[in-house]
Amino acid sequence: MAGLDALDLARLQFAFTVSAHIIFPAFTIGLASWLAVLNGAWLWRRDEAHLRLFEQWKTIFAVIFGMGVVSGLTMSYQFGTNWSVFSDRTGPVIGPLMGYEVLSAFFLEAGFLGIMLFGRKRVGEGLHFVATCVVAVGTLFSAFWILSVNSWMQTPQGHAIAENGQFVPEDWWAIIFNPSFPYRLVHMVLAAYLTTAFVVGAAGAWHLMRTPDSRGARIMFSMAMWMALLVAPLQIVAGDTHGLNTLEHQPAKIAAMEGHFESYPEGRAPLILFGLPDMEAAEVHARIAVPLLGSLILTHHTDVPLEGLDAFPRADWPNVEIVFWSFRLMVAIGFAMAAIGLWSAWARWRGRLYTDRWLHRAAFVMGPSGFLAVLAGWVTTEVGRQPWTVYGLLRTEESVSAVDASAVGMSLIAFVVVYAALFGAGTFYALRLMSHRPRDRVEIDEAGPHRAAGPAAIADELGAGETGRNG
Amino acid sequence: MMGVELSFVWAGIIAFAILAYVVLDGFDLGIGILYPALGSRADRELAMNTIAPVWDGNETWLVLGGGGLFAVFPLAYAILMPALYPLIIAMLLGLAFRGVAFEFVHRTRRLRPLWEAGFFAGSLVATLAQGIALGALVQGIAVEGRAYAGGNWDWATPFSALTAVALVVGYATLGAGWLILKTDGALRDRARRMARPLGAAFLASIGAVSLITPFLRPEYLDRWFGWPTGLFSVFVPALILLAAMLYIRGLNRGRDAWPFLTTLAIFGLSFAGLGISFYPYMVPMSVTIADAAAPDASLGFLLVGASVLVPLILAYTAYAYWVFRGKVHADEGYH
Ligand code: HDD
Ligand code: HEM
Ligand code: HEM
Repeated sequence: MAGLDALDLARLQFAFTVSAHIIFPAFTIGLASWLAVLNGAWLWRRDEAHLRLFEQWKTIFAVIFGMGVVSGLTMSYQFGTNWSVFSDRTGPVIGPLMGYEVLSAFFLEAGFLGIMLFGRKRVGEGLHFVATCVVAVGTLFSAFWILSVNSWMQTPQGHAIAENGQFVPEDWWAIIFNPSFPYRLVHMVLAAYLTTAFVVGAAGAWHLMRTPDSRGARIMFSMAMWMALLVAPLQIVAGDTHGLNTLEHQPAKIAAMEGHFESYPEGRAPLILFGLPDMEAAEVHARIAVPLLGSLILTHHTDVPLEGLDAFPRADWPNVEIVFWSFRLMVAIGFAMAAIGLWSAWARWRGRLYTDRWLHRAAFVMGPSGFLAVLAGWVTTEVGRQPWTVYGLLRTEESVSAVDASAVGMSLIAFVVVYAALFGAGTFYALRLMSHRPRDRVEIDEAGPHRAAGPAAIADELGAGETGRNG
Repeated sequence: MMGVELSFVWAGIIAFAILAYVVLDGFDLGIGILYPALGSRADRELAMNTIAPVWDGNETWLVLGGGGLFAVFPLAYAILMPALYPLIIAMLLGLAFRGVAFEFVHRTRRLRPLWEAGFFAGSLVATLAQGIALGALVQGIAVEGRAYAGGNWDWATPFSALTAVALVVGYATLGAGWLILKTDGALRDRARRMARPLGAAFLASIGAVSLITPFLRPEYLDRWFGWPTGLFSVFVPALILLAAMLYIRGLNRGRDAWPFLTTLAIFGLSFAGLGISFYPYMVPMSVTIADAAAPDASLGFLLVGASVLVPLILAYTAYAYWVFRGKVHADEGYH
């Protein structure tokens, strides 16, 4: 297929399916927690606005969650189909961690999801709230285990290598809490919360621009902006410490992210803001750099030696062109998010949070930014780890299954076509659900499609055209 | 010694997970297969609503089957996935269509028929893929060293076509049984009318598969007609016939739970029959349970958690089924 061998195709297929998958958890992890908060707020304050928001967003959650489940199912079989050598070798170490993910997270989410979506009347409000919380906790457990797996592949420890080539566990504590895991877990969970906050914020902003006094829209926007103000700066700090950790364990990755082809034995490395990295020539063309700042950020000193890519054999270089840009995209979005947070704080202080049109426009445009940052972050992490699947120990080219290129190519095409159709439609439905005006009257929508009550519901029914607005 | 024991415990757990998957998602997929024949739009919707709160949990057993294999029998996982490559992909894509349909059919009027078709076709394709994979497994997988050594199309045989048909019919029978159990009125009557021919076809296809299997490989022949395993070749069919009689009796007497429960029993018995043929192989007839097992450190670590978590899972899964117990009615559309 077009000069690509089975290895390239398997990499493309993995990158495609996992990138499609991560979009959904990035949203459901945050949304599940937010729904739990809304449900709790309703029980505590008995303010119907919270219940209404819960009912509206729960439906959006269901649509996204369904897509997360089916794309995740693919992932758990991808290791075996395309990376069978990798599976055989690493199974004894990372298999049990993924086993714990299934047992402690996936069953939990699935078991209580039905109650959360359809069971408020059947189990009562208290237990319904518990079910909502359990689903949220399940998504966090899932992140814990899968990130532990991924982090072990980045910074492996706690294992030995057996005669048959398998990695075998020696110290589970060391394996699970491997050096990069705490950083990655914090960074990813914050990323999921920010992603959700900006989607909710964009929906709130959109409705505020249309119906400025809608309670629901105000609550959405206000809660989202608090998250942006508080969490975006935290994420910048978390990302910075994550980078320091990576410098310690995967210096070649940092060199690629920074565009440092040459080493700086005396420190004093510049921070390259922009430029055109060229791996052939091993230099960054047309670069705009700030002197010393690179060293200050990476080592918090000006005179600590810093390795560049020239300290590593070329065969071990990751793709600098990709990593350099994906990293900058993520960081730029991070700062933009923090800026929105500050802007909203200022508007709030001046009493203009719900009327500042420009703020609303900006928040609306930033709606999808979390997804972009998450994808850019993962691309940085994963491409920066190449050419290894288990860093320093197992090369990607040795990990792949002996399956024909034609079979991998055909299945890749099938995934692209099917995912585009299914997830394209699902995204469209989710957006349309968000565009429905927050309702003025509450109607717990376990009552079925034809029992819509209240003027707003009727207006929706008329106005929304073909959407059965059945919540 | 320890290692052998742990690996057998795990073989039991994985077998349990696969059986749980087959019967639980089996009725979901069966409803998908029967879907176009379920009558009016309202009845089709009702049928889908009977599984809407539970299908995700049911499918999770498949994640445990696959993920568990990866964790405790990585070698078997690494051999089987490439061997069954196109089938696994087809199954995943089929399940993707099936899974999103629950939400998507309620989100659109114009495209509703499309997602309904996806629900049906996705269920059918996933079942066919599982059935063919079963046949391929029974026929044996070519292995060399630590990898699959066969071709891309080894799984395509007349026998695997037969097992595929058998599984489609079997899931459809389960689906019909579930509808009899969970609904009343026109939909239940329709399901009861379907249940007779489906049950008969299911029995016939199990018979055909069982008659051919012993002659596929000499090892199977020994098992089935040797001593003492041969005893089972009397027991298992006898029990299946007994279950079939109860199935018919349940239908005749209007006992709405019997057809479903007896079909479950038939699945369990057929599964046991397979186990007898395979044991102690994980990948017939080349990799044994002991060969494929991960080191004790891995098996033990996961077993600690599993012995607490699996009972817990069973408990809250039972609770979730109990919450949604009883017949489902049109006016409580779960959407
Ligand atoms: C459990 C392990 C695991 C986890 C959680 C992830 N990855 Fe990964 N990734 C791998 C395990 C892996 C791998 C098996 O190790 C791959 C397959 C091929 C390879 O080179 O490494 C890989 C490759 C890989 C590539 C291709 C890199 C290249 O070939 O140059 C991309 C773009 C991603 N992944 C992206 C992601 C994203 C967006 C993830 C977010 C969910 C993610 N990965 C999580
Ligand atoms: C290659 C890596 C991955 C694999 C193999 C994988 C596997 C899976 C599987 C099998 C499911 C479906 C579970 C079900 O049936 O309910 C799933 C869903 C989920 N995954 Fe992943 N996953 C991967 C990456 C990630 C990452 C990096 C995260 C988070 C940081 C994550 C978080 C989740 C969550 C929260 C769900 C719940 C369902 C949803 O998406 O809404 N996964 N994953
Ligand atoms: C200025 C702010 C940020 C900095 C300095 C930063 C830093 C980093 C670094 C160094 C990595 C690579 C870690 C490695 O593989 O070794 C990374 C990965 C990642 N980033 Fe960021 N980041 C920032 C903002 C964001 C934002 C706003 C998001 C999403 C909303 C995000 C999401 C991610 C994700 C999902 C990963 C991959 C998972 C991981 O390795 O943790 N980042 N980030």
